[in-house]
Amino acid sequence: MGVTAPETVRAAVDAAYRDEWGQVVATLIGLTGNWDLAEDCAQEAFAAALATWTRDGVPSRPGAWLTTAARHRAIDQLRRDTKGAAKVRQLAVLERVPIEPASEEIPDERLRLIFTCCHPALPFQARVALTLRTLAGLSTGEIAKAFLTAEPAMAQRLARAKRKIVEAGIPYRVPPAELLPRRLTAVLAVLYLIFNEGYDEQDGRRALAAEGIHLARTLARLMPGEPEVRGLLALMLLLEARRASRTVDGVLVTLENQDRSRWDHALIAEGVATLDEALAMRRFGPYQVQAAIAACHTTAPDAEATDWPQIAALYAELARLAPSPVVDLNRAVAIAMAEGVSAGLALVDELAESGRLDGYYLLPATRADLLRRDGRLAEAATAYEEALELAPTDAERRYLKARLCSL
Amino acid sequence: MKYVFLICDDEKTSSSMEEIRADPAFQAYDAEVDRRGGSLGGARLRPVAAATTVRVRDGETMVSDGPFAETKDFVGGIDIVECADLDDALALAALHPYASRGCIEVRPVWE
Repeated sequence: MGVTAPETVRAAVDAAYRDEWGQVVATLIGLTGNWDLAEDCAQEAFAAALATWTRDGVPSRPGAWLTTAARHRAIDQLRRDTKGAAKVRQLAVLERVPIEPASEEIPDERLRLIFTCCHPALPFQARVALTLRTLAGLSTGEIAKAFLTAEPAMAQRLARAKRKIVEAGIPYRVPPAELLPRRLTAVLAVLYLIFNEGYDEQDGRRALAAEGIHLARTLARLMPGEPEVRGLLALMLLLEARRASRTVDGVLVTLENQDRSRWDHALIAEGVATLDEALAMRRFGPYQVQAAIAACHTTAPDAEATDWPQIAALYAELARLAPSPVVDLNRAVAIAMAEGVSAGLALVDELAESGRLDGYYLLPATRADLLRRDGRLAEAATAYEEALELAPTDAERRYLKARLCSL
Repeated sequence: MKYVFLICDDEKTSSSMEEIRADPAFQAYDAEVDRRGGSLGGARLRPVAAATTVRVRDGETMVSDGPFAETKDFVGGIDIVECADLDDALALAALHPYASRGCIEVRPVWE
């Protein structure tokens, strides 16, 4: 076999890293129960692939090649250092289980990995970091940067989490039916946070949004019968489709003023199709409802054509499934659009009186917006100023200032 | 794996041993522990007012009255149980009546 072009090999290794890293790590953890060993050997296997594939060509099943290479490395490493009963046990399993899987039907180890990473006995931030490290293959440095943490602190967070998994006896498995619904909710929360961290930021954290979508796609493939997984994927796709038009020169642009020709219509089509598949299973949940709301917005040809009564009804459903004052605030906006500003304002004032959203800048910002629509400009100005005091980011402050100046 | 359940509550009420033995919720929990092969040890503790904490720092023994941590809930007893894994231990701990009114801290035993 001749030498394969370096750029072809590089591309093949990059693609394999994206698609197979999680599976290689998950398989090695499944065999040895040793998380650090699994990560190290996966890393070495990918490094070896670059040289070997250049010499011998890219294998027909890169994932199987990488898993085998990682296993050989694990065996070597354990042989070099066979002290302690645990190592002997790990080695015995590695050597006994056949190296070449009998068929293509390998049970996907990534499901066990993701449910273990997202176990509720781990701190939430550790679940996020562990998922990004072991399943998505981000380096500790990349994760630290994404969460504005120093690398040694992130390394310690990951090490503590892995130690707890072993010492507390967190099982490496897909939870049984009676635990599955709640555990799946925990997994989806981690994926949604990863996506949102990348979605809200203007700087170098964009990659997280792509990782979130990639993980949700993988999970949707692995759990085809779970409508909420599809609901979450649809929600991410529909939000991602609008991202390019969310800001202009660093200033937030509201949905009604966004340039709809800049929306990604292929993503919208995929998001709507994914949502339809989820809804067809007829087991609704909060992610499906949020995706349905996003679909109402993204499929309207222009802001005027938005189906606000439908959106208001969906927010009412969301408030029932997952009660939250933020959902109530969004419902108030939808009611204002569907039934008139005064009906919406009445709901916003009710929320303000309840004190449940004290300190949340979108409460005065929403109130200001509705007052402006109602022509009560002096009151609107006061509310915008109140929101400016509370706004957490520059993009939001710039937007509010622009609104205040335009009154 | 062996786990210790630290059985905690705020001590607002204190049932007698007779009342606990007669409580169907405790009977159900004990039955489940027995079904799994029985308790490996355990004890009900006197209220936290009787607690004393010892710390040694730089070779010096410091004795303080009261519990180890200033929280609303206090350890009121322990159970030592054998469970397959943490999920199994959490499921059993959740059956303990104190899980509903206080909390159960589940700690793996260093083996």
